[in-house]
Amino acid sequence: MARLNIVQAVNQGLQQEMERNPSVVLLGEDIGRDGGVFRVTEGLLERFGEERVIDTPLSESGIVGMSIGMAAYGLIPVAEIQFMGFLYGAMEQLISHASRIRTRSRGRYHCPMVVRTPYGAGIHAPEHHSESTEAMLVHTPGLKVVVPASPLEAKGLLISAIRDPDPVIFLEPAKIYRAIKEEVPEEEYAIPLGKARRVREGGDLTLVCWGAMLHTTLAAAEDAATEGLSAEVIDLRTLSPMDSEAILESVRKTGRVVIIHEAPRTGGLGGEIAAVIAERALDHLKAPIDRVTGFDTVVPLPKTENYYLPNKEQVLQAIHHVMEF
Amino acid sequence: MFLHEADAIGNTGVPVCNHSLEPVEMPRKPIKQFNVEWLQILDEGGQSDNALLPSLGPKEIQSLYEWMVLSRVFDEKALALQREGRLGTYAPVRGQEATQVGSAYALDPADWVFPAFREMGVGIVRGIPMRMLFQYWSGDERGSDVPIHQHYFPTSIPVGTHLPHAVGAAWAARYRKDPVVVAAFFGDGATSKGDFHEAMNMAGVFRLPVVFICQNNQWAISVPVQRQTATPTLAQKAIAYGIEGIQVDGNDIFAVYKSAKEAADRARSGGGPTFIECLTYRMGDHTTADDASRYRTEEMVKPWIAKDPIDRLQKFMEKQNLWTSSYGDQVRTEAERRVAEAVREFEEQPPQDPSDMFRYTYYELTPPLKEQMDELLNFLKDRDSKKD
Repeated sequence: MARLNIVQAVNQGLQQEMERNPSVVLLGEDIGRDGGVFRVTEGLLERFGEERVIDTPLSESGIVGMSIGMAAYGLIPVAEIQFMGFLYGAMEQLISHASRIRTRSRGRYHCPMVVRTPYGAGIHAPEHHSESTEAMLVHTPGLKVVVPASPLEAKGLLISAIRDPDPVIFLEPAKIYRAIKEEVPEEEYAIPLGKARRVREGGDLTLVCWGAMLHTTLAAAEDAATEGLSAEVIDLRTLSPMDSEAILESVRKTGRVVIIHEAPRTGGLGGEIAAVIAERALDHLKAPIDRVTGFDTVVPLPKTENYYLPNKEQVLQAIHHVMEF
Repeated sequence: MFLHEADAIGNTGVPVCNHSLEPVEMPRKPIKQFNVEWLQILDEGGQSDNALLPSLGPKEIQSLYEWMVLSRVFDEKALALQREGRLGTYAPVRGQEATQVGSAYALDPADWVFPAFREMGVGIVRGIPMRMLFQYWSGDERGSDVPIHQHYFPTSIPVGTHLPHAVGAAWAARYRKDPVVVAAFFGDGATSKGDFHEAMNMAGVFRLPVVFICQNNQWAISVPVQRQTATPTLAQKAIAYGIEGIQVDGNDIFAVYKSAKEAADRARSGGGPTFIECLTYRMGDHTTADDASRYRTEEMVKPWIAKDPIDRLQKFMEKQNLWTSSYGDQVRTEAERRVAEAVREFEEQPPQDPSDMFRYTYYELTPPLKEQMDELLNFLKDRDSKKD
């Protein structure tokens, strides 16, 4: 087993799925000769040729729209949108078509496709490169939304996303693309979609998070442990469909919850998670549910983005808050 | 400072640079010139330019006529059903029969069609059961459950957004080495949309086997084509994408057929995409929810009555002894019989199961959807049991 970062793990997952299934094709801006702006597709053009690794014009709606036609025809396109902030130009294709082709045709046409895009702040990039607007996608019936939080997870979830018969949006945490390395099995493996994982076991409170925020959350949980507080950490992995049962199971045990996400608070997924807990586990709650999130502002430019991103101290504060009750 | 230094060097006799002191001429000149081609074969009186006539036998010409009549009879019936409350909102085809039948007839059965929403004439020629077309316009998704071998994509309502799908399908076809052409249908309004640009551009860059069939019916609801674009033709837009483009008389079925056939043949043989502007006219309202008298006069529509595509072909056929009034009656009666049969089949369909809306959202019911489906079904069960 090699120690890989997320970029390398996704690259390996793409390569193995392309070798396994000749219907898998990649398309996007700069993904061929350049290997993608984050180098996620490095070496794949050389390996699979221009018919399968397609450098497209600068055309987000066209890329996602073309993917829909390819998928309907029987291919499995994996599109790369360079940054989540550039996905908005393709939102109509996702909301009005990719997510609905099956419903519209009563199951006659499927849209098995993946749209990969880096998301999130903390990469010192210009405007539009730091978005975390997953809630808009989760609110679209017919899409699946997956956010890996580590190299091992990224490869296994990507393989499942590519094999899934539905359109999957695969949000790659840009901030930790290269920050974490871990042992990643060389062979292919699939991590099922729709299943959360318990990353850390604990009995005092539950921390729910996903993507890059997992690492901020885990750091806070470690600090809490030094104070004698034992936090359970749930990585949602798949935001749609959400594994509510995993959250509820933990909350029924601990009775205290903090939800952490870097997306804006209002209308963010934290609200939905809190509602599910309130609907189904209210009698287990010992404290109000707390959220540590990005603010309802535009993600700031790099000079102030660290004020926007939830940090370990803020998570720890929230932990103290829910433990007060 | 710089000039001063140059002067100083110049004074020593060393050349400042290689530029001649003689003035250089760089005249402005056209570097590329383009033409926009127009094709018409049949005039309003049924006279034809025989040198341009496509090679179609008498049976095929009669088929074209019969498809157009069937399309019109279907359209009239759909409007009647809508007025009676037996159909939902409907977008009439009247006036566009030649653009739809002529282009659809030029395609091979294995070719793919990506329609917008006013393409019932195309669907009929492609063998989509009229029962399903009625079903779709009655608000039943089962009307789009078209057998996959017919290669007829479901209706796309957001204008122009289906054009990239056609481009993607064309890429997939080429990748699979299937010798098929992908035909995308849309109107003049779609040419104002971003997805039109993205699709035309990508089809051009990748030289994909796509035929873009633009039915310029001159109206996007209330907005005339002159407000969609400042260009005198839509066909010329093809030039900007480096693809073939042509404007044809869209009420002349021979011109439509010939241009579509040439485009399909070119695409099939690797010659890349074509944009065909079929100049026609929307004779009816945008849909049954629209009232065209709010924005256009009878006077504007009148000249187009004389250009009717079915009458025009009929006049040609009369001259060729391919049409008699008894043949005409027979075609009309047969079309009415088939449409009546389709209405009967449509109205005999069992109602949709409300759980269908959950079942087709994902390949398999997700746990949240399963819960929501049970919620609805239990509610309905409770409500029905209270009625008893």
